[in-house]
Amino acid sequence: MWLPIMGGLWVIFAGSRVRDRAVKQDAFFISLLTFAVSLLLYRYFDPTTAEMQFVERSEWIAAYKIYYHLGIDGIALPLILLTTFTTVLVILAGWRSVEDRSHLYMGAFLILEGLMNAVFSALDAMLFYVFWEAMLIPMFLIIGIWGGPRRVYATIKFFLYTFLGSVCMLVALLYLYTQAGSFALRDMYEAVLTLNEQRWIFVAFLLAFAVKVPMWPVHTWLPDAHVEAPTGGSVVLAAVMLKMGGYGFLRFSLPITPDAAASLGWLMIALSLIAVVYIGFVALAQQDMKKLIAYSSISHMGFVTLGFFMVFQIYGATGNWHDAAMGMEGAIVQMISHGFISGAMFLCVGVLYDRMHSRMIQDYGGVANTMPKFAAFFLLFSMANAGLPATSGFVGEFMVILSSFKANVWYAFLAATTLILGAAYTLWMYKRVAFGEIRNPHVAELTDINGRETLILATLAVAVLALGIWPAPLLDTMHVSVDHLLQQVAQSKTSIEAY
Amino acid sequence: MNDIALILPEVSLLALACVVLLVDAFAGKRSPELTFWAAVLSCVIVLAEVARFVPEAAMFGFSGTLRIDVLGVVLKTFVLVLVLLSFFYAREYFSKRPGEIRGEYYPLALFATLGMMILISASSLLTVYLGLELLSLSLYSLVALQRNSVVASEAAMKYFVLGALASGLLLYGMSILYGVAGTLDLSELLVKVANLESQRLLLTFGLVFLVVGIGFKLGVVPFHMWVPDVYQGAATPVTQFIGTAPKLAAFGMTMRLLVDGLEGLAEQWQQMLIILSVLSMGLGNLLAISQRNFKRMLAYSTIAHMGFMLLGLISASANGYAASMFYITLYALMSMGAFGSIILLCSAQSEGDQLSDLAGLGKRSPWFAFILLILMFSMAGVPPFGGFWAKWSVLKEVVAADYVWLAGVAVLFSLIGAYYYLRVIKIMYFDEPESPYPVTGSADLRFLLSVNGLLVLLLGLMPGGLMAICQAAAIPYSP
Repeated sequence: MWLPIMGGLWVIFAGSRVRDRAVKQDAFFISLLTFAVSLLLYRYFDPTTAEMQFVERSEWIAAYKIYYHLGIDGIALPLILLTTFTTVLVILAGWRSVEDRSHLYMGAFLILEGLMNAVFSALDAMLFYVFWEAMLIPMFLIIGIWGGPRRVYATIKFFLYTFLGSVCMLVALLYLYTQAGSFALRDMYEAVLTLNEQRWIFVAFLLAFAVKVPMWPVHTWLPDAHVEAPTGGSVVLAAVMLKMGGYGFLRFSLPITPDAAASLGWLMIALSLIAVVYIGFVALAQQDMKKLIAYSSISHMGFVTLGFFMVFQIYGATGNWHDAAMGMEGAIVQMISHGFISGAMFLCVGVLYDRMHSRMIQDYGGVANTMPKFAAFFLLFSMANAGLPATSGFVGEFMVILSSFKANVWYAFLAATTLILGAAYTLWMYKRVAFGEIRNPHVAELTDINGRETLILATLAVAVLALGIWPAPLLDTMHVSVDHLLQQVAQSKTSIEAY
Repeated sequence: MNDIALILPEVSLLALACVVLLVDAFAGKRSPELTFWAAVLSCVIVLAEVARFVPEAAMFGFSGTLRIDVLGVVLKTFVLVLVLLSFFYAREYFSKRPGEIRGEYYPLALFATLGMMILISASSLLTVYLGLELLSLSLYSLVALQRNSVVASEAAMKYFVLGALASGLLLYGMSILYGVAGTLDLSELLVKVANLESQRLLLTFGLVFLVVGIGFKLGVVPFHMWVPDVYQGAATPVTQFIGTAPKLAAFGMTMRLLVDGLEGLAEQWQQMLIILSVLSMGLGNLLAISQRNFKRMLAYSTIAHMGFMLLGLISASANGYAASMFYITLYALMSMGAFGSIILLCSAQSEGDQLSDLAGLGKRSPWFAFILLILMFSMAGVPPFGGFWAKWSVLKEVVAADYVWLAGVAVLFSLIGAYYYLRVIKIMYFDEPESPYPVTGSADLRFLLSVNGLLVLLLGLMPGGLMAICQAAAIPYSP
C-alpha cells in the first residue's frame, strides 16, 4: 500500500526535472511492482478461514485509541487485485494522451492506488475514513486538471457530493465510538444498538456509500464526472471507486446495523431496482458514449446493491443462508467483473477519443472498416457489458437473478429486464459506432490500435473471459468470508428490552 | 514561590518591549533589522521563561488575581511561538513593501502579546479586563499603522468603536456579577455561584454581557461586524497577527471566565454558545462564498471556524475543552500559513490579496500551490491534514455530549465551507495564469511557508502528540 504512495511522491518530485518518457517508465514500473506484490498476497492467502490475514497493527493516536490496523479477508483481496491491475493499465493508457504535467498525472494515480488499497484493508474505522476522504483529493485534481471542457463543474460536484455523504458517515462513526468505546471495526460489530439507533446509523452510512456506488437518486454526479474526467480517471472511477461504496455496505452497514438493514431492506431493493430499470432506459437515450457507459455503470451497480440487500428476504422466504450467500457472492462477482468491463469500455472510448476528439455517437459510424482489430475488442466488451454468457458480466448477473427468484419473482423479473435493456443500449451504440457507412471523413483516416493499446485491451479481454468461463478461483477466495459475514448479519444486535 | 517569580515572564516581556521600543526609536531608521532581532530575542527569552516552569497544580499570586496552571503555560507557549512566526513573516512583508509600515509594528505587537499573557493567566475579573484592554488597544493601533491607507483607517475606526462598546458591555456584566456575588476573584466566584441558587436569574443576566464580550473578541456572529473589515483593511502581517495568537488568548479568556469562574452557570452559557456557534458557522460559511478578496474570504472563514471551535466548549467537559484548544491551535497554524502565502504573493505594487492573484499558481509555482492546497484542504477539514482532526475532535465531543443534531448541523455547514476552499484550489490549479512568472520570495520566506504547510500535514498524519498536550492541559477540569 505504501509502495505506490511513496512511488507517486517520488514521481512527482523527480518528475519536474527528468524527461517525460522516463517519468512514465518509472510510474509503469512502480505500478507493475505493486501488482506483483498483490499477486503474492493472493498466492499466500488462505481461503479456508474468515479471519483477517496479513494483519498489521500499531498505535496511531494513543489518546483516543485509534490504531493503524490493516488486514484483508476474502472480500477485500479480489478488490485489491482489481485496483492494482487497473492502475497498471491506466498508466499505460495515459502514455501518450497526457502531455501536460505528466509527472503529476502519474504521481496522482499512484497515490490514488495506494489510498484505495488502504481503504480496502483498513480495519479501524478512523483509518478507513481518513483514506476514504483522502482519496477524493487526487481524483479531484485528476478530473480538474486533465478533464474535458466542463471539468471544473464536474469535479466540484463530484467532490461536494462525496463529501456530503462522508461527513454523515463521520457523525455516525463518532456516535458508534461513544457506544462501542473504540474505533476498531471488531468492537463496532459487537456493540449493542437499539433498532432506532441502528436505523439512523444505517441511513448515515447509506448516504455515504450510496453516493459512491452510486445509487439512484444520488447518482447525478457520476455522468458528469465520468464524461469530463480523462480516460484514466474514468477507468479508475468506474472500475474501483464505485466498488468502494459496495465494499462499504459489506464492511460497515451490514455487520454493524444488521437489524436496520433487514428492516430497511425493502427500500434498498426498491432503489436498486429503480437503478437497474430506470437508468437502463436513460442509458438508451444517450448520445455521448461516455455518458452511456456511465449510466450503464449505475444500472449494473444496482445489481450489486440488490444482491447485498436481498439476503434478508431470501432468508425469510427459504430459511436457508446458502441461497442468500449466492446472491451476495453474485453481487461481489458483479463488482469485480464490472470493474473489468467498464474499465475496458472507457478505455475503448478513450482510444477513439484520442484519435477523433469526440465522444458523440453520431460522429462515428463504420469504425469497423478502418479499425478492425479495435472493433473486435470493442465488440467483446460490449457483449460482456450486455451480459453475454462466457463473459464475466454473465456470471454475476445470473447469480443475482437466480437468487432473486427465491426472494420474489417480481424482483427477478425486473432485474432480468436489464439483460434486454443492457443488450439494447450497448449493442445499439456499438452498431452506430462500428458498423454502417463511413459518413464522417475523419473516420476514414483513423488508424488501428497500436501495440500498446492492443496489449491493454487484450489483457482485459483475457480477464473478462477468464472470469466468465472459470469463476471458481474468485468464488473460492471469498466463499468463507461471505459465510462469516452472513453469520454476523444473522445475529440481531438489539437487546431484548429495546423492542 | 513568591509573586514576582510567578509573573516573571510578563515582567520581563514588559521590560523587553520597552527596550525594543527604544531600540526602534534610536536605531530604527538606520537599521530596521535591529528592531526585528531585538523583538525576536525578547520573544525567545520570554518563551524560555514560560516553558521553564510547569506547575503541578494551579498556583495563585498577587492575592489571587493571577493564576498559573498547565493550561496557562501551554497557551502562553503556543501564543509566543505564533507571535515569533508572525514576526518572521512580517519581516518579509516589510522588505517586500518598504515604506508601508515602520518598526512600530514590533513593540506594539509585543505589548499586545503582554496583554494576551495577562489575559491567559487572569484569575480575577479585573485582571481579565486589564489584559483585554492592553491587547485591544495595541491591536487598534496596529490596524491603524498604515496612516495613508483609507481602508486601514476605516477598519481601525470601526474596530475601535465596536471594541469599546464590547468592552463597556463586558464591564457592565462584570459589575453585575460583582454586585451579586460580592467578589472579583474568579475562584471565589465559582464557589459563590454554586451557593447562590436564589440569584440565578441575576447572575445569568450578568453572564449575558460577559458572553457578548467574549463573542466580540472571538468574532462570532452577531458580534462579528469588525472581522471582515479589519482583516481586509489592515496590512497583511497585521491581519496575520490578529488572526492567530489573539484567538488563543480569547480562548484562554473564555476558559477563565466561563469555566474557572462561572462553571456553575454552564447550563445557561451552553445554550448561548450553541446559538452563537450555529449562527457563526452558517453566516460565516455562506458569506465567504461570494468574496473576491482572499483576506476577506479568510475573515468569514475565521468566523465560521470560531463557531466550530465553540462547539467543543458546549460539551462542558475536560475532553471538550481539550478539543477546542486543539482546534484553535491548529486553526491558528493554518491561518498563519494562509496569510503567509498572501505575503508571498504581494509585491511592491500590490498587496496580492485578490483571489485572482492566485490564478494558475499550480503552473507558476507548483510547490507553493501545493502548500496552499494543503492549507485549504486542511481548513475544509479533509483528511489526512491537520484541520480534519481538529474538526473531528470537536465533533466527537459534541456527539459524546448527546448533541447529535448539532454535529449534523456542523458537518452540513462545513460542507458549504468546503466549496469556497475548493474554489481557491480551482483558481490555483484549473485556471490559466494571468502572468507566466513564478512568484518571488526570499529563501527565508519560502522556507518558513514550507515548514508551516508541512507542519499542518504532519499534524494530520500524527495528531496524537498535540492532542495529548491539549488533554494534559485540560485534565484539571475533569471531575
